[in-house]
Amino acid sequence: MQTTGFTSSASSKLGDRLFGGLAKSFAWLTLILLAGIIIALVYASWPSIQAFGIGFLFSDAWNPPMEDFGGLIPIYGTIVTSVIALLIAVPVSFGIALFLTELSPAWLRRPLGTAIELLAAIPSIVYGMWGLLVFSPIFAKYIQPALQSSIGHVPVIGKLFAGAPLGIGLLCAGIILAIMIIPYVASVMRDVFEVTPPMLKESAYGVGCTTWEVMWGAVLPYTKNGVIGGVMLGLGRALGETMAVTFVIGNTNFLDSASLFAPGNSITSALANEFAEADPGLHTAALMELGLILFVITLIVLVVSKLLLLQLAKGEGTKS
Amino acid sequence: MEITDAQIEFKDFNFYYGKFHALKHINFKMARHKCTAFIGPSGCGKSTLLRTINRMYDLYPEQRAEGQLLFDGRNLLASEIDVSVLRAKIGMVFQKPTPFPMSIYDNIAFGVKLHERLSSSDMDERVEWALRKAALWDEVKDKLKQSGMSLSGGQQQRLCIARGIAVKPEVILLDEPTSALDPISTARIEELIDELKAEFTIVIVTHNMQQAARISDYTAYMYLGEMVEFGVTDELFVKPKKKETEDYITGRFG
Amino acid sequence: MNLLARRKLTNQVALTLSLSAMAFGLFWLAWILWTVLDLGLSGLSASLFTEMTPPPGADTGGLANAIVGSLIMVVLATLLGTPVGILAGVYLAEYGRHHRLGAVTRFINDLLLSAPSIVIGLFVYAVVVAQTGKFSAWSGVIALALIVLPVVVRTTENMLQLIPNTLREAAFALGAPKSVVISKVTLRAARAGVLTGVLLAVARIAGETAPLLFTALSNQFWSLNLNEPMANLPVTIFKFAMSPFTNWQELAWAGVFLITMGVLLLNIVARVFLRAEKIN
Repeated sequence: MQTTGFTSSASSKLGDRLFGGLAKSFAWLTLILLAGIIIALVYASWPSIQAFGIGFLFSDAWNPPMEDFGGLIPIYGTIVTSVIALLIAVPVSFGIALFLTELSPAWLRRPLGTAIELLAAIPSIVYGMWGLLVFSPIFAKYIQPALQSSIGHVPVIGKLFAGAPLGIGLLCAGIILAIMIIPYVASVMRDVFEVTPPMLKESAYGVGCTTWEVMWGAVLPYTKNGVIGGVMLGLGRALGETMAVTFVIGNTNFLDSASLFAPGNSITSALANEFAEADPGLHTAALMELGLILFVITLIVLVVSKLLLLQLAKGEGTKS
Repeated sequence: MEITDAQIEFKDFNFYYGKFHALKHINFKMARHKCTAFIGPSGCGKSTLLRTINRMYDLYPEQRAEGQLLFDGRNLLASEIDVSVLRAKIGMVFQKPTPFPMSIYDNIAFGVKLHERLSSSDMDERVEWALRKAALWDEVKDKLKQSGMSLSGGQQQRLCIARGIAVKPEVILLDEPTSALDPISTARIEELIDELKAEFTIVIVTHNMQQAARISDYTAYMYLGEMVEFGVTDELFVKPKKKETEDYITGRFG
Repeated sequence: MNLLARRKLTNQVALTLSLSAMAFGLFWLAWILWTVLDLGLSGLSASLFTEMTPPPGADTGGLANAIVGSLIMVVLATLLGTPVGILAGVYLAEYGRHHRLGAVTRFINDLLLSAPSIVIGLFVYAVVVAQTGKFSAWSGVIALALIVLPVVVRTTENMLQLIPNTLREAAFALGAPKSVVISKVTLRAARAGVLTGVLLAVARIAGETAPLLFTALSNQFWSLNLNEPMANLPVTIFKFAMSPFTNWQELAWAGVFLITMGVLLLNIVARVFLRAEKIN
């Protein structure tokens, strides 16, 4: 020992402060990033917000030469495609999660789980290109006519499947989105099912419940918040997905029927197609405003999702 | 029983986990170059007491100490104490072996580098010295570059003792150092502690009363955060002064 | 008995549906991978890596400038985002565990993790491209780095939390200052997990298209100038796939093949790596 007392003015103190300070400032950076995104988007879309006000949300105009813009059609497209995606993805994901936690033989669990997770790793541009060049022709040739000849004759609902089977359009985009978000939703569901206390399942099995009754009657109610959190996470993905939608949605701002076969536009596809070539000024600002609307909606969905999942994690902490 | 050469002294010492009063009015001395054992049932505060000596509780904002904890007459609770320097003088070994994710050699050198600048030959010497002290040298001298994690549990624990010794502390704190080990490894660690007493002041927390009886010179029996009895080990185990101590060491309780 | 039979039937139906859901999920994976392999492999050739992206209508050409551009931007974005992400993750796990800033940052970081990447593109356009007045590779790098950041923050924090606290205490007990405990002991103990996070982040940005559309844009020509628009695989694929030219579409499939294989490979390597380290 070269030091005699217990007090020192070691230079390591300074290094320690620097390191901690740097770590802390980078944590702050993450916080500032979120605020920065919102501020930058508001600032950049300000001309549009001023010019169109709240009416922007309800106007279906999109006329760059006349500088008249409204967000209704892209907003409608984003919401419709996301809803279609959820309608397909949620039951399928539940089935997959059920299979992975309860039915699969132990040796298959990991490879199958990995396969589903790999589905999530495939870049969205691959889904988009595959959707446009491979899926949509088949969709137009076989599936759309089949839908029209069956559900197409049902009153009211039939209107959703009217029109020419073009392949690309809102329904096609919704289906591709569904395939994309299935792995996200399924992984979260699997994870929350796995945190269910074994005691709960065992007691349900103990009174003679079938596998389905255990899942539906015991596990699902217990993990309800987590499951909804997972669904919301998938919704967040679907709302903000760009490439998979842009390829197959049809990219048009004219929408005059309720048909899901009709081509349309989503916020993300409008941005992807127009932004780089948009005139500075109102056109760019209007697109920025679309981005802002998308970001705010996604944030709300994600916050709800996060809070629900956190609640489940907390419950798990106190119950075990 | 008068301890004349006290190295560490607790004076009206209190400790809190948040609002919980975990150690109550502790008053006693620990003799230099002797082994003092803390015994008592789980949750009695014996580990807490041990961890105050190197101010481990500083890591946790909700924990705080009051009173005096004197080390060679200086109050360790004082704010101007640099815990880094303090911990160089007071080494600690934990319940489970804690080898760092690096080679055996680097495990030993890690602590030394923090406090001293040694040439590489001096460092080699220091590493060998520490490993010899910890009775590990012969087993690892040919594989100093291997990961510390590759050793057996007992060897890992001796590596951790060597790592503590290498800094040349004055006191070594041992927090149930053998509770995760098999009987043979335990016996080796106990022998080692006996040898280390010649140069270091040893403080050990143990669950195992026989172990305390075998290796310590002084024993403190703790219960519910209070020091029930403190004395020379042979006396405390043969004829305890307090009824509670007797109940505990005869196995009627705890 | 009738009730029991019905319960059993419900169970059978439900389990069959569950099995079909699994098959449904795997079906798409298999179909997409098959297409990518089938159409991508046939487009592979040496000229893919040596020739530049062709003008419309040409029937030769490759993706050399796009491949190199993508590599450059992904590497730079990783180098930029990783250290910041690791340190922010360190803050969350080692400093801010009980602080409000820690909890808030963790929450915000999770939001950023799932935020639409196209919005990141808009943000970088607004603060970089609009200010400098031109599209550039640098702005693309920044956009990708902002996507790397939350991924690395998240995995670093998670992996550090798995490190047993006694290891930290053991290092502190030797008198090590906090920065040394973290850099030499806990981060080192968590290095496999942290590296996995970085690999996954690279996999994530390798295929990202949306944030590059209005930042790096693309470039038909060979350019290594980071202040100019730079060719990159995703945007090139987007442009080529949407075109009516067969040659462009074939090149797009080849590009998709490269990206998909690269991303899947990174994912598998990351998993194998992490598992091997866990067993150790």
